Amino acid sequence: MGYDPQNPMKDRITDIGPPHYEQFFPPVIKENYGKWLYHEILEPGVLKHVSETGAECYTVRIGSARLISTSLINDYCDMADKHCDGYLRFTTRNNVEFMVDSADKVQALVDDCNAHGMMPVGGTGAGVTNIVHTQGWVHCHTPATDASGVVKAVMDELFDYFTSMTLPAQVRVALACCLNMCGAVHCSDIAILGVHRKPPLIDNDTITSVCELPLAIAACPLGAIKPAKGVNSKGEEVKSVTVNVDRCMFCGNCYTMCPSMPLADPEGDGIAILVGGKISNSRSAPKFSKLVIPFLPNNPPRWPETVEAVKNILEVYAKDAMKYERVGEWAERIGWEKFFEKCNIPFTDKSIDDYRLAYDTWRTTTQFKFTSHIK
Amino acid sequence: MPKHDTPMLDQLESGPWPSFVTDIKRQAAKNEACWDILGQLELSYKDKITHWKHGGIVGVFGYGGGIVGRYSDVAKKFPGVAHFHTVRVNQPSSKFYSSKILRQICDIWERRGSGMTNMHGSTGDLVLLGTFTEQLEEIFYELTHDVGVDLGGSGGNLRTPSCCLGKARCEWSCYDTQAACHDITMTYQDELHRPAFPYKFKIKFSGCPNDCVAAIARSDLAVIGNWKDDIRIDQAAVKGYINGEFPANGGSYSGRDWGAFDIKAEVLDLCPTGCMWMEGDTLKIDDAECTRCMHCINVMPRALRPGVEQGATILIGAKAPILDGAQIATMIVPFIKMDPENDFEELKDIIEKCWDWWMEEGKNRERIGESIQRIGLPTFLKVMEVEPLPQHVKEPRSNPYVFWKEEEVPGGFERDLAEFRKRNPM
Ligand code: HEM
Ligand code: HEM
Ligand code: HEM
Ligand code: SF4
Ligand code: SF4
Ligand code: SF4
Ligand code: SF4
Repeated sequence: MGYDPQNPMKDRITDIGPPHYEQFFPPVIKENYGKWLYHEILEPGVLKHVSETGAECYTVRIGSARLISTSLINDYCDMADKHCDGYLRFTTRNNVEFMVDSADKVQALVDDCNAHGMMPVGGTGAGVTNIVHTQGWVHCHTPATDASGVVKAVMDELFDYFTSMTLPAQVRVALACCLNMCGAVHCSDIAILGVHRKPPLIDNDTITSVCELPLAIAACPLGAIKPAKGVNSKGEEVKSVTVNVDRCMFCGNCYTMCPSMPLADPEGDGIAILVGGKISNSRSAPKFSKLVIPFLPNNPPRWPETVEAVKNILEVYAKDAMKYERVGEWAERIGWEKFFEKCNIPFTDKSIDDYRLAYDTWRTTTQFKFTSHIK
Repeated sequence: MPKHDTPMLDQLESGPWPSFVTDIKRQAAKNEACWDILGQLELSYKDKITHWKHGGIVGVFGYGGGIVGRYSDVAKKFPGVAHFHTVRVNQPSSKFYSSKILRQICDIWERRGSGMTNMHGSTGDLVLLGTFTEQLEEIFYELTHDVGVDLGGSGGNLRTPSCCLGKARCEWSCYDTQAACHDITMTYQDELHRPAFPYKFKIKFSGCPNDCVAAIARSDLAVIGNWKDDIRIDQAAVKGYINGEFPANGGSYSGRDWGAFDIKAEVLDLCPTGCMWMEGDTLKIDDAECTRCMHCINVMPRALRPGVEQGATILIGAKAPILDGAQIATMIVPFIKMDPENDFEELKDIIEKCWDWWMEEGKNRERIGESIQRIGLPTFLKVMEVEPLPQHVKEPRSNPYVFWKEEEVPGGFERDLAEFRKRNPM
């Protein structure tokens, strides 16, 4: 029988964890587990893995919006049932992969995916793969921008890079709608980040009843919040806080802790662009992404300024960088002053670090290049 | 019939990338609530602001997390999303599925939720997006009884671990990432479902330093595959690359004409340690100098393979910027064996030492990376019972503000000023 609300602990099953992964392996994966010898990318979106047993596994990777319906999942299942004995998987960048065990099964699968209209084949090798992104206005309460809409607008513009492998190296684009950075924004080649630019409002009618004031105070990275007496709309004095606006850099962490300190704002909020992060250890160590454009407006539904900025950086990099060079490796080799010049991005004081370990990021050498910035 | 006008969202139906708007509209034919998702989102596009109320605490009995509560702040206009809670479902290691289990989950979700999902959340969970409070226990009951799958984590606890696909379909995996991920998830079910930590704690498993699950950036404890002995070289295959029989990097660069493969320019000269050279047409590697960055292996997958003495490196403390700035994880244990036979004993020992210390010392809402910064890496290494090694630093400190313990200094800290003045009068 189903759940009985009168008897909530009856028949309750807990702590069973996820289902065991092995039952979902296609036979060719199960039989060749740990025996793979090498792989090749046959064409954009199609991988071939060869086992020491001689077995082959062909993978077709398709793009996905991540925010998807059960109807579309059922379409994926139909595709898997038709071509892949009912097996499929999802990647760490939210693409979908269908696997078959022989070369002659590949073309029909690729054709069916491309014919569907929502299953573009690609995302392999030196191109742009799916954008790791967050909840945005679809589900979160702290965003400074939307996620799904911006991602769709950017991927439409970069679509040719998803279905080809023409770049100097793979380019990872990520988006987070606030600086909690749920996901990969702080370590991506190009990162799109929602930012606020106005300090929080303080709702003295509710703050005493819904916030633990010490938590809100401790939430501030810059110590901008102090306990204070406030006055509510009835003119009564209440326990509250003040924000020293000169110290506030609009991170929104106080709102995360305290519902009475909202800070979202239609004109204030928008997008910053960071570049040059990476995760792999290949050649150079992992790198943080760095802030190069401090603000672009929220301009739904297609965010043209953001799309243009991402495309511009990608294309200058594609023209200028050497083979295997990630965006961050390229920018560091040519020097950030050249990066700004080549990408024609105005440099502002907003890109100069002034938080804690900032000194390490300033230039303490006479080694620099003369660029158009020095008049 | 559309319930609301969505002129702005309609513009996101064009273009080649799969449109979430088209998809939600299609779902709305089955689940009315989807019209209200679109309606409220359109309003957010117009107002340029979110319309979700702050926070929301909901869940299922027995657990302290797994469900993110959410309420609309314009529920009168959009009753279908008055409640819009998210259910995190624990995904199988590296996200292989059968169509059968996906259809089962979809069926539950179409009956009891909006029919919209995230495949998957950044942490790894299968995310069911949008349902009402009264459905939560029903969904949990059907997931556990009919499908045999549990909730994932949320809150101040162990979050859902995740891994790269490892040995299932990659020749470089230095340990069984999926077995490790599954074992750790099962062993620490209690820590996952019932928040007992100062803050969230994430564990991620990558099979090699390419780190396809981004463990070094996105987990408090990163387990990254590594090897200790020599890179395996197949000299015949090296010649194959030089002769142009095999494409560099498995063909990753085939979309552009980069000229003929040049092993000197593309491999030897890009090796970060300069530890490779050619003797005639034989490739040589001074493995003692190799930092196992993966570059040469990535470029020539048919010729080079990781060594056979395999295990993992443990790095600790990655986090996003809040509060004290973003951190990439710090290398703590250079090499451990990752043995499914002994249930990953060495790894569990490390995890538990971390937790024992951090649960005592960590402040409220302080990630372990911040605790280590506040208290210092030397102290943390002691806690972890790890000898300090030159590998623990990028470079030695340059300031001389060195702490000494009293017992390390002859005579200790207790001194008598009178004695001092006998020799050094004012
Ligand atoms: C230069 C070589 C490579 C580097 C630097 C690299 C690095 C990465 C990174 C950083 C990610 C995504 C993680 C993220 O950003 O969220 C990724 C994804 C992945 N990589 Fe690699 N990788 C390389 C080559 C390979 C190769 C040759 C294979 C297969 C044998 C492979 C298998 C995968 C898989 C299966 C994924 C998940 C793909 C997806 O989610 O779309 N990688 N890789
Ligand atoms: C109420 C506030 C928050 C909400 C609603 C929220 C929501 C989410 C969601 C839905 C995910 C994806 C979950 C999954 O994949 O299972 C996520 C992941 C994440 N969150 Fe948050 N989050 C919040 C606060 C924070 C805070 C305060 C931080 C950092 C200080 C943070 C950092 C992250 C990070 C780094 C990830 C991704 C981790 C990974 O890539 O594995 N979040 N968050
Ligand atoms: C009451 C405390 C101190 C007194 C009376 C004092 C006095 C002096 C004097 C007289 C000089 C030499 C100037 C000269 O003759 O050329 C000097 C130099 C210097 N002091 Fe101090 N000092 C004090 C504290 C410190 C502290 C706390 C530091 C560092 C933490 C410091 C760092 C230096 C340095 C770096 C020099 C220059 C040395 C050089 O480059 O040759 N002093 N100090
Ligand atoms: S990045 Fe910020 S706004 Fe976006 S989902 Fe995470 S917490 Fe919410
Ligand atoms: S928004 Fe951030 S910096 Fe500003 S007061 Fe709140 S916590 Fe402090
Ligand atoms: S991290 Fe290494 S082992 Fe895992 S999938 Fe990526 S390349 Fe393969
Ligand atoms: S793995 Fe990296 S460091 Fe080692 S030999 Fe290859 S390129 Fe050089």
